[in-house]
Amino acid sequence: MIRRVLPHGLGRGLLTRRPGTRRGGFSLDWDGKVSEIKKKIKSILPGTSCDLLPDTSHLPPEHSDVVIVGGGLLGLSVAYWLKKLESRRGGIRVLVVERDHTYSQASTGLSVGGICQQFSLPENIQLSLFSASFLRNINEYLAVTNAPPLDLQFNPSGCLLLASEKDAAAMESNVKVQKQEGAKVCLMSPDQLRNKFPWINTEGVALASYGMENEGWFDPWCLLQGLRQKVESMGVFFCQGEVTRFVSSSQRMLTTDDEMVILKRIHEVHVKMDHSLEYQPVECAIVINAAGAWSAQIAALAGIGKGPPGTLQGTKLPVEPRKRYVYVWHCPQGPGLETPLVADTSGAYFRREGLGSNYLGGRSPTEEEEPDPTNLEVDHDFFQEKVWPHLALRVPAFETLKVQTAWAGYYDYNTFDQNGVVGPHPLVVNMYFATGFSGHGLQQAPGVGRAVAEMILQGSFQTIDLSSFLFNRFYLGEKTQENTTM
Amino acid sequence: MAAPWLSLRLVARMWNGTRGIHRLGGAVVPEGNQKKERTMLQFLTNHFYDVEALRGYLLQREMSKVHMKNRSFTWLEEQHGPYCAGAFFILKQGGAVKFRDKEWIRPDKYGHFSPEFWNFQEVPVEAVDASDCEINYEGLDNLLLLKELQSLLLQRCPHVDDWCLSRLYPLADSLQELSLAGCPRVSERGLACLHHLQNLRRLDISDLPAVSNPGLTQILVEEMLPNCKVVGVDWAEGLKLGPEEQPQDTASPVLA
Repeated sequence: MIRRVLPHGLGRGLLTRRPGTRRGGFSLDWDGKVSEIKKKIKSILPGTSCDLLPDTSHLPPEHSDVVIVGGGLLGLSVAYWLKKLESRRGGIRVLVVERDHTYSQASTGLSVGGICQQFSLPENIQLSLFSASFLRNINEYLAVTNAPPLDLQFNPSGCLLLASEKDAAAMESNVKVQKQEGAKVCLMSPDQLRNKFPWINTEGVALASYGMENEGWFDPWCLLQGLRQKVESMGVFFCQGEVTRFVSSSQRMLTTDDEMVILKRIHEVHVKMDHSLEYQPVECAIVINAAGAWSAQIAALAGIGKGPPGTLQGTKLPVEPRKRYVYVWHCPQGPGLETPLVADTSGAYFRREGLGSNYLGGRSPTEEEEPDPTNLEVDHDFFQEKVWPHLALRVPAFETLKVQTAWAGYYDYNTFDQNGVVGPHPLVVNMYFATGFSGHGLQQAPGVGRAVAEMILQGSFQTIDLSSFLFNRFYLGEKTQENTTM
Repeated sequence: MAAPWLSLRLVARMWNGTRGIHRLGGAVVPEGNQKKERTMLQFLTNHFYDVEALRGYLLQREMSKVHMKNRSFTWLEEQHGPYCAGAFFILKQGGAVKFRDKEWIRPDKYGHFSPEFWNFQEVPVEAVDASDCEINYEGLDNLLLLKELQSLLLQRCPHVDDWCLSRLYPLADSLQELSLAGCPRVSERGLACLHHLQNLRRLDISDLPAVSNPGLTQILVEEMLPNCKVVGVDWAEGLKLGPEEQPQDTASPVLA
């Protein structure tokens, strides 16, 4: 790879030692002299470029202990906890590789920003509770010396989940589990609902669960910027580029039943720069796949899923991008300041946005209605036909609403059981996953980041046990499924 | 306090930071006379690791002082009952307590208070004046022991924020008066979760710097709590009245 000498770089080094300017005003035209000399040398020796100090400032470092693929919320969270939990200061060198520094398609920035503990799996509830306490104490966790404190714009208005007759029993048992784990959730009957929120039409609602504390919504962009600032101040390297190749080595080993197993270890990550063919091979010890909606491509690069189907080698990472729409509308007679994040029996949800009678919401499409995930174009007909009727049924005031704007974002959708994948891969020994959260990544990011960091630094999950989220379950066929309507 | 130390104090920095402005990367330009000393301290911090470490250490120390003040006193509940435990916490913080049919108990300027309240084990606490105290989210554990509290004054508390307000709902049956005047971290998002307090008769939300639109917030809070008298903001102050313009909001404020 021919590296060009940037005359600027070389020239600047010589310029700092100018004697002329120190004496004050006596100019030797040093720049001109240097460039003349270089031209003379080049003309004398044609064909060879003077390759003394090529400029590599845009490239990532050549060695890094941990390479995190994906600089969204999950990737930054893992980087933060790795640096926080390392036993010696500067003990681990971490590199975060992000393809798009404007985060234009990243799920974090396009998210609705809700946090809620109303899950059925205890692990999910604990993750969400920890995230709530992380957000509450954000200025202790993410304090950077010269920067002003973060304001996450958190709305503690809670989440209200509505259940029809057939889901009521499941909701009751879920609330019991949630209360056991320490979430502050209460059940409400349709009468109590009408009392508290007179703008709801309780037709078809048998039961509702209302989260009173630690639930609501916040600004994910602010969290991302705050994390990024803190992580940079802790000494993590950032690089804008795309991972195009993994160089790995394999070892054949025999199990106790004399079966041959091929274990792979990734040695190098090739990071390609934007708009050029230039790439940098980064030697690494551990790779973390936090690429969100594009995690499957990264996993395929590492050879995960290349094998006969039905075997462990042939089990692909079942995460794919799914497009979801969010619509913002204005409704002057709509529900008041106390409105929680309401999730209807039909799957439609909405919440207030700001003080000015604006609301935002959407609905998850059914499997047949899934939109094409190749781009982030918004389908406005989807709102007219599939979202508005349900909203207008539940909240009669929404019959007269006016859509202001809309956007689309990706879920890193786990097609197997819609829950995250966390932890190492059984065959590619040094690749760790932190992806596949299917719409819950934002509220579980701090907890998952800490879990992955513990796994790497201490070998096992220490605070929250996420063993049911390991990759093995895809091969064994054991689904860790949520049975809520969220 | 001397001016250079002011910029290290947790409280002063929080005030300047939470103006409710949505910003990316935290690049807020400081205004006014704080700019010079800020720049000097910032300059030193950016160029010397020692200064950065010292500032980080002082910040951590401030935070742990606040944590110490808000440690849990719930172990006192077995011996002396919930009312005395809660009252002890408030008095230790520097606030004042009023038991039912008794006088206000206040600590003097040295922080000493009379131990007579240990005898009032069965007497519920009616009113708490925790103004200027450093109560935060964890400290509310102790405050929520006082189940029959009727009046709570949290004026100018520097660490009371929206998360704390979301924790006040257990007092909904008894709380009738709440004052949040001058709290620098309370915004309209925290005021939204006061709708649980249906017995509230008087709410003071004056002088909240983090609320973006005080007039509109006052109207929305009055709509949310129809039986409550909401004090503190003149709702017409945020409106620009032209010669033919009418006030825009459709609701009319209902005063108890």
